[in-house]
Amino acid sequence: MKMDKLSFHPCGNYRETYEQELNIFETDFGRLWMGIFLGLLFFVAPFVLSPYMLYILNTIGIAAIAAIGLNILIGYTGQISLGHGAFFGVGAYAAAILATRLGLGFYVAIPAAGIITAMVGMIFGIPSGRLKGLYLTIATLAGQFIIEYVLIQWESLTKGTMGITLPSPEIIGWQISGDRMFFFLIFISLVCMTWFAVNIIRTKYGRAFIAIRDNDRAAEGMGIPIFKYKLLSFGISSFYAGFAGALWAYYMVSITTEPFNLGLSVEYIAMVIIGGMGNIPGAIFGATFITLLNELLRFVTGALMNVPAIASMGLNMAPLREFVFGLAIVLFILIEPKGLAEIWRIIRSSFRLWPFSY
Amino acid sequence: MEFFLQLLVNGICVGLLYGISAMGFVMIFKSSSVLNFAHGELLALGAFFFLSLVTWAQLPVYIAFILTMVGCFLLGFLIEKFFLRPLIGEKLIFVIMLTVGLAAMFKGFILLVWGGNLQTYPEFLPQTMAMQFGSVYVAPVYTATLIISVIFLVAFGIFFKKSSQGIYMRSVADNQKAALSLGVHVRRVFALSWAIAALVACMSGIVLGIINGVNVHDLSSIGLKVFPVVILGGLDSIGGAIIGGIIIGLLETFTGGYLSPSLRDVVPYIVLVFILMVKPYGLFGLVEIERV
Repeated sequence: MKMDKLSFHPCGNYRETYEQELNIFETDFGRLWMGIFLGLLFFVAPFVLSPYMLYILNTIGIAAIAAIGLNILIGYTGQISLGHGAFFGVGAYAAAILATRLGLGFYVAIPAAGIITAMVGMIFGIPSGRLKGLYLTIATLAGQFIIEYVLIQWESLTKGTMGITLPSPEIIGWQISGDRMFFFLIFISLVCMTWFAVNIIRTKYGRAFIAIRDNDRAAEGMGIPIFKYKLLSFGISSFYAGFAGALWAYYMVSITTEPFNLGLSVEYIAMVIIGGMGNIPGAIFGATFITLLNELLRFVTGALMNVPAIASMGLNMAPLREFVFGLAIVLFILIEPKGLAEIWRIIRSSFRLWPFSY
Repeated sequence: MEFFLQLLVNGICVGLLYGISAMGFVMIFKSSSVLNFAHGELLALGAFFFLSLVTWAQLPVYIAFILTMVGCFLLGFLIEKFFLRPLIGEKLIFVIMLTVGLAAMFKGFILLVWGGNLQTYPEFLPQTMAMQFGSVYVAPVYTATLIISVIFLVAFGIFFKKSSQGIYMRSVADNQKAALSLGVHVRRVFALSWAIAALVACMSGIVLGIINGVNVHDLSSIGLKVFPVVILGGLDSIGGAIIGGIIIGLLETFTGGYLSPSLRDVVPYIVLVFILMVKPYGLFGLVEIERV
């Protein structure tokens, strides 16, 4: 590999082989920076940040896992799912039930929850075999409502609206509890899942997904079995959602059916769109953006409620969150449809090309 | 038997409501193949606008009604102009997500302005419109619904079959590029279809508001229930929307009456998944044969 020295980014595209095209890091500088970033993340962040900051980071980490999965489906395969909130819930409940009924350890329960969710997800992915585009979106919308109903009504299994309390995860006699311990669990999972996602896109499966997204007729013509790959993509993306849901269930200790509604599904799609479709780091940016926006809006509406003038008018400021949230989606689509990942790329390349940019 | 008959009539009435709520949705899909996830919020906007005019501004009902219609027509225009026009020719997912974003925006806006409580209109429909068949009673609102839906059905039927604008709309829906190259003013078609759809939506919002009272959460959930209705009827068929609405309405009331009330709200979606697997283009939808 020619680029493998400690060199800066070239100003143009000087790739000569497909291997170079497929490289994750174009230069060793990228590798170095990633190493430094991960080092800071794992060895400095958990020990200096306050528990509240760690809680936000953990929420971002969980959301990022689900968003990466959804990005594989939306960004790379071009299929839209409006049911990821419910799939997240399926993962959470699967983990909770496996942990409480069967007494499985978290290292078994979390991946198993992912697999169960993948199977549930694939059922709703079947209509995509016959139809394209919008119909899968509608099928997953139905999935969202059906799953919500099942979670609430199947009381013998899910305890309905009472919710389930999980034991704290334990590995070889070592209890994981508290924000700092969960930070390690969540972020090690996130790094593994990101690594897996980045690599699956470089394999034949990833290329098939992209081919289906770009032109499904041509893809079929080139011998890609579309139905199989769409379903596979749907399964992988549901696996991510279920995995994230399972982590969330352990982190939150007790779960109820409420959070897994359509609003959550929309939030995940917003993460993918705002982060940048078809871009794995973009999903992480999107998850960060939406989680921070949520926290910020919660803070602002809370502060506004305490302003005497507004409180005396009897105005309820809570819906402001919903409004700003919708506005963020609309503005990103209208102004920067490629999302934060594109903004990040533009900033980087303008530094790189600095005195001589065109 | 009496219970059955009452359920039957209720089901048909509820179904007609779903049908006319779905009409605006089909309208947009037919002309621009956009799935409008903000439909429920459009219904709610119309209903609340009317509510403010009637109760707060104390206008006579028919003036308030006309003003609401005009307002919603303009709103449709504005939505198209500011939000959807920049996306002409963009990928479908952006358009869908845009309507999802709009839905959140509208919902937040309505909650900020009108709050989330149930509000009701003053009585204004004449009692003479009520009908009594033996032991089965049909409330005046339902009679009004029936009349309104028949008027709309006929009007749209004629509009799409005969008028030049209607034919332009169908051509744009079929193939944007081809329509454009044949001299169809695509932007005007989009603007008009959004305006008309918003108008229909606010009409049905008002009717729904008269029956169930006005509440954002209820209305936006009806906006989502439009999906099973239109899939069953066929995404691009206005008559299908009415028939699909009636079938879904009957299904709901019968499940609620005989099986369990909690299953009532989910049944349409279960049916939806089955239709998508078995007969995805619905009863009256245009079948696109493409095996990919």
